[in-house]
Amino acid sequence: MKSLYDNEMNLEFLSRSKNEAFARITVAAFAAQLDPTIEELADIKTAVSEAVTNSIIHGYEDTEGIVKIRARILDNTIEIEVSDTGKGIEDIELARKPLYTTKANLERSGMGFTIMESFMDEVDIESVVGLGTKILMKKHIKKDEEIDEIENADLTAIGGR
Amino acid sequence: MNIEFIQKDKLLVIKLTEEIDHHTTEKIRRKIDNEITRYMPRKVLFDFGSISFMDSAGIGMIIGRYKMAKMLGGELEIINANKAIRKVLEMSGIVNIIPIKEKVS
Repeated sequence: MKSLYDNEMNLEFLSRSKNEAFARITVAAFAAQLDPTIEELADIKTAVSEAVTNSIIHGYEDTEGIVKIRARILDNTIEIEVSDTGKGIEDIELARKPLYTTKANLERSGMGFTIMESFMDEVDIESVVGLGTKILMKKHIKKDEEIDEIENADLTAIGGR
Repeated sequence: MNIEFIQKDKLLVIKLTEEIDHHTTEKIRRKIDNEITRYMPRKVLFDFGSISFMDSAGIGMIIGRYKMAKMLGGELEIINANKAIRKVLEMSGIVNIIPIKEKVS
């Protein structure tokens, strides 16, 4: 069976907090084939870290479960799906709000979804209470030509060319 | 060792040496709190110079220590944060209450 994507990888791991670093580093290594800038790579690492942390502390609430990540590449876009079979989100709109957290006692900042949304181009949340949550994030990685265009545009704007 | 403390003239420098996420904040939070209550610094400096990654768990951790420092009559500052860490700090609005300073040796 031929994939519709240029490349794909799947990852499954236990919902242990030490796997947060493992997950973001692994996805970043997979994304590296698109030749992202340091900033784009940092954005991806941060967004993955937020999504995986949510699964571990909210989805499974520190019980043991499996967190799954599927990352796929098509042209210059990376799609990253982070899913769990934890307790699910009751009110997605509320969960997306900046500074909203159900775990203030754990010093959670409530910025997880806000960071995912601003560091990635698209973030979709699917969740069913009692069944689990799936986060789908997409990010377009700029090609060298696009970066050149932006730089040239900047130079034109300041009268450099 | 995932954190280093330097004390001088009621200044407490907290040198972070591991990427900051939910996992590491759970480990270092108590160490930091012990150090602050023991030393009672006038100023707490979070030095990010040795690390390149922090997610929103770091925001919660910093705000918690900021409140603690204030309660004890001290202040808190952040130094040597790289571009990626600055981006997370700026997004959180933390920059409006906590000074983020450039290179300090």
